[in-house]
Order: sequence, then C-alpha cells, then structure tokens
Amino acid sequence: MKKTFKLEGLDCANCAAKIEHGVKALDGVSSATVNFMTTKMVIEGDDTKFEEIEKAAMAIAKRIEPDVVIKKA
Amino acid sequence: MKMNSNQKRLLKIIVGASAYAAGIVFKVDERVTLAVFLVAFLIIGGDVVLRALKNISRGQIFDENFLMSIATIGAFFIGDYAEGVAVMLFYQVGELFQSYAVNKSRKSIASLMDIRPDYANVQRGEALERVDPDEVRLDEIIVIKAGEKIPLDSVVVEGNSTVDTSALTGESLPREVSQGDVLLSGCININGLLTARVIKEFGESTVSKILDLVENASSKKSNSENFITIFARYYTPGVVIVAALLAVIPPLLIEGAAFSDWLYRALVFLVISCPCALVISIPLSFFGGIGGASRSGILVKGSNYLEALSKTEIVVFDKTGTLTKGVFKVQDVVPVGIEKEQLLELTAYAESYSNHPISLSLKQAYGREIDASRIKNVEEIPGHGVLASIEGKDVAAGNSKLMKKLAVDLHEPEGAVGTIVHVAINLTYSGYIIIADELKEDAVKAIRDLKEERIRQTVMLTGDAKLIGEKVAGQLGMDKVYTELLPADKVDKVEALIAAKSAKGKLTFVGDGTNDAPVLARADIGIAMGGLGSDAAIEAADIVIMTDEPSKVAAAVKISKKTLGIVKQNIALALTVKAAVLILGAVGIASMWAAVFADVGVAVLAILNAIRMLNVKKLG
Repeated sequence: MKKTFKLEGLDCANCAAKIEHGVKALDGVSSATVNFMTTKMVIEGDDTKFEEIEKAAMAIAKRIEPDVVIKKA
Repeated sequence: MKMNSNQKRLLKIIVGASAYAAGIVFKVDERVTLAVFLVAFLIIGGDVVLRALKNISRGQIFDENFLMSIATIGAFFIGDYAEGVAVMLFYQVGELFQSYAVNKSRKSIASLMDIRPDYANVQRGEALERVDPDEVRLDEIIVIKAGEKIPLDSVVVEGNSTVDTSALTGESLPREVSQGDVLLSGCININGLLTARVIKEFGESTVSKILDLVENASSKKSNSENFITIFARYYTPGVVIVAALLAVIPPLLIEGAAFSDWLYRALVFLVISCPCALVISIPLSFFGGIGGASRSGILVKGSNYLEALSKTEIVVFDKTGTLTKGVFKVQDVVPVGIEKEQLLELTAYAESYSNHPISLSLKQAYGREIDASRIKNVEEIPGHGVLASIEGKDVAAGNSKLMKKLAVDLHEPEGAVGTIVHVAINLTYSGYIIIADELKEDAVKAIRDLKEERIRQTVMLTGDAKLIGEKVAGQLGMDKVYTELLPADKVDKVEALIAAKSAKGKLTFVGDGTNDAPVLARADIGIAMGGLGSDAAIEAADIVIMTDEPSKVAAAVKISKKTLGIVKQNIALALTVKAAVLILGAVGIASMWAAVFADVGVAVLAILNAIRMLNVKKLG
C-alpha cells in the first residue's frame, strides 16, 4: 500500500531528512520519502501493518517537528 | 489583524533589536545592562530555547534549537551578553530570510506544476455539472470551454478548437483539434467550445501521470544527495564532540589558558554545527532541474538520472522513429519512355489494394482518388511485388526479383538510397520510384547540439540496409553507425559500447520506446521519444521526451549539466566556508558573528543559487 501525507508547516530541511530516516526504519515500511519542497511524505509498506505504520510515522513527525500538521493527501 | 508566522517573527526581531540597541547605548550599571540584554534575548530567542527544551523532553537532542541555545546562553555565562543577544538576533534574521527563500521557491515550484485541472464540466442528463475531475467516470461526456484546462484525457465528439500543449510539451505552437482527435489533460483549450468523451479516468490521465512522476522523482536520489544525507548524519555530532573537547582539554593541558576563552571557541563551533545549507539546497537544485525540464517537455524520473545524464559520454540513437519520421515518402520518380505522372499513377493504382507503408506512400504521392473500377486482376506475388491490369495495360510493380522473373531488362539506379519500386508496362521496363523515410526537421540540430555539449560520440543503430543507414548517418554527421541489426543485436552493440567507454562516463540510448525496451533498460540512461500519450514509452524509459524532437536530448543534457554545476557550487561553498570558520574558530580568530554567517548566511546564499534552476525553462 502506498499513501501520501501532507506535512503542513514543515520548515526545516534537516528535520525532513530526520523524519524520512525515522519512518524508513519502521517495521513493515518498504520505502518512505519526505519531500521538503512539496512538503509531502510518501510511505509504501505492508497492507496488514499499515495502520500501525501510519500512527508510528505521525508520532515520529510530531516528535521531530512539533509544529507540523499532518494531513492525508 | 492576523499575522502570519514570518510577520510575527519580524516583529519580534524588531522589538528585540531595539532592546539590544538600548542595552548597548545605556551603560548604567552592570546589573541593569544584564537585565536589558536578558529581556532582549528572551524576546528574540525565547521560542528557540523553549523549542530546545521541548525537544529534549522528547528525546531529540542535537537539533539546531538546542545548539543555538547552548551557544548563546554560554556567551552570557562568559559575560559576553551583547554577543549572545546579537548571535541569536542574526540567527533569527537568517532563519527569516531562509523561510522567505524557501517559500518563494515553493511557490515557483507550485507554478511549475500548475497543470492540474481543478474541475470538469460534465454532462449529466440535461444539466452541465461542475465536478472534481476525480469524480468523472469513463465514457462520460465533458464540455471544455475556451480558456479552460482539459480535465481528463478524452476524444472530441463535437467542436473545433486549438489547444495549447505547452505545459506538457514545451511546444509553443498550438495544435488544431476537431472531431475524433484525442485531447490530453493538462492542455488548455484556447478558443472553441469542445465536447468530448472521457477515455481515461483522472488517475490514469496524462496530467496525473506527469505530476506523479515529477513529484516522486525526488525519491530516486542522486549520489550528491546521498552524500549530503550521510554527511549531515555525522557532521553535527562530530562538530559537537569536537566543541566539547575544545572547551575542556586545552585549558587543562596548556598552562595559563583561560577556560572562558576556549569555551568561547567551542561555542563558535556549536553555532555552525547545522548542515542546513546543504540539506536544503542540494535537493532543491535537483527538484528545480526536474521541474524546469518538465516544463520543456522532458520528464526526468529521478534525480539520479539527471545526475547521470551530465556524465554522458556516448549518445546512441535508434534511427527509425527517433531521428527519422518513420513515415515513408516518395523521394524520386524516374520514368523510362513514359511521362512521370503516368508512371506514378499506374504504380499507385497497381499497389492500391495493399496497406503496406510503401503502397500508402505511393497513394499519398499520387494524391487523387483511386477509381477501383479501372483495375482488374490484381495478383500479389509475396516477396516480389504486384501484377495488375489497369485499363488494358499489364502493370508489374515490385523489386528487381520481380523484373527478373518477368524477364524484363531493368535499369538499376546507382547510389539510390531507399526502397526501389521497379515498374514494367506490358513487359517493357518503364522506370522506378524511390521511397524512403525522411529525417526529422531537427535531426541535424540534435546531433550538432550534442557535439556542442561535448558529447564524445554519437552512434546510430538501425535494422535498415547498410547503404540507407550510412547515408542517413552521414547527413547527420554522426560518428558511428551500425546497420542491418536485429532487435537483439542492438542490445549487444550497446553492451559493447558500454564496455568500451571510460569508467565514469555514461551511455545514453534514445529510442521511440515502442519496441526497444530491452535496449532502454540496458543503457545507463534510457530516453524515450514521443511520450505524449504513450504509456509504453513512459513505462520503459528513465527520461521521457514528450514531443517527437530529438534535439530535446541535448536540451536535457544542458539542463542536467546546469543542475550539477549549481549542486557542486553549493557543496563547495558550504564546505569551504564551514571548514574555514571551524579552523579559524579553533585558533580563536573567528568570532560568533562569522559563525552565524557560516550557518544561516551560507544557507540563504545556497538557496538563492539553487532557485536559479527554477528558471530553467528558458533553456529548453
């Protein structure tokens, strides 16, 4: 399954890289990218684990960039 | 009045800066001065410190906020109040600039990608409803008014108009459309009213595919980006560790060294420990390059391909459909003993029953309706040609084998290039017609431009006969040509060329994407032409040229070289300035001011440099 999220208020490129790195390392994620310029996060991963992946990814984004608002795109 | 975050920031900076100025001007009492500076510091940098504390509570140490807080608070401890405030002030000003620059480039990118249609007018029952393009189903009828974007790929059922395809192809010449023509989403209907039947759902439509491709291109990272990612991961902790050592060890080892002096030097390190300039500007440059290329009708599927393209040493072209139009055309009519027009007419009639490209080109050259009643007894002889009786004349049209079979003495033209149709009338040789493929208008320019971009070798591969292939390659000024190749031979040739090139150089193959998928895959970079509307080409290639112009290959090389140039400038700028300030800071020459410049100043400069890539559409 592949899903795109919008990270509104993503202001720091280094944080984008950190979020990407963190989400990539999650169990069940086959690929993850955070595009700083379009402020989009694309996650590809196991269908069965996707709900957990989504929660964990949001937690990572919130931890690294507390000001970011995550929306489903 | 509601302020956006940047306006709030600006206000804070102004108020804080005034307090800072007050602290400098009115030196009354040490304690009062400290109080004034503390207030100024809290106004300017309070949010930074707060964020640092919050992040620490979440287990995020070593972020910029934390490092800036430590550095500036450290300055206060040493007694450099003014400097602590000033560094925070400059940091915030730099961040503000950076935020403006990022916003500006985000806007430029958004406008580059402003091809997504917002709505579709769909005919449902009697009413014309305005809906989201996503909600339109296959075979529904949509109406596109003048000035509107075509929302979905569709076929015109009624109306005439001209459409602007420039957003997809970079081609400024509008295209005429009428009933039966395919409309591609993302183009703009210029004048007429068009009614069309939807042939692809929005997700499958051209505009969605292009946007998806460009937006996701950044996930295939270039070597430069991978380098930056790894560099960033080690740089910050590395600098922080060195800073800690710098504060502790020299005062212990060197006699008479003041702790506060070395602490200051360590604080300088902390200020420049964020790799932000590189982390922002390198992907931005690639993104700009890919975005700009897409505006010129060149779709690049990943930063890695854009990077590799700049190292191209050999460009291999497939001939038919890439350098030539792939459409046969009568080049010459040479009659013997009859009129030219009559020869063409009789040949066109004799061949009129076939749908072979050769027959079609004859019919086209003849240019008039074929009156079928004039033809009798058509007989096709496979591998030879055709016999027909046309108003009492026995016409034989075909290759030299046919003439020999009929025992007709033929005249074999010398040096003719193309397919030759010999004609005999009542068993008397009457001449021949040469039919050949035509060069594309910009084929010569395509090869010349590549030479200007210092491509070492241009090579043509073709399944055509030696004579034809060599003539075409000669006309274009190509370095090498391999002819009479079967599809499988093309892969072998490309492999041989890859083995022969230098280790760093890349080989780019350019084909039409329909039947050269194996070669496209084998080459370092596969470029498919004529991608507009062809899913196969978009699927198979690394780079897709939306139009049929081979000269876009050189344009793509040019864009890639410009992108890589900017990337290298930014890496060099950031690394040199940071290294210089780190060294000068360690020996006690560089101040925190220099460090702030090395941090945010360089980031702003690098972003501004990268933004140049967004203007790339002028290149194509």
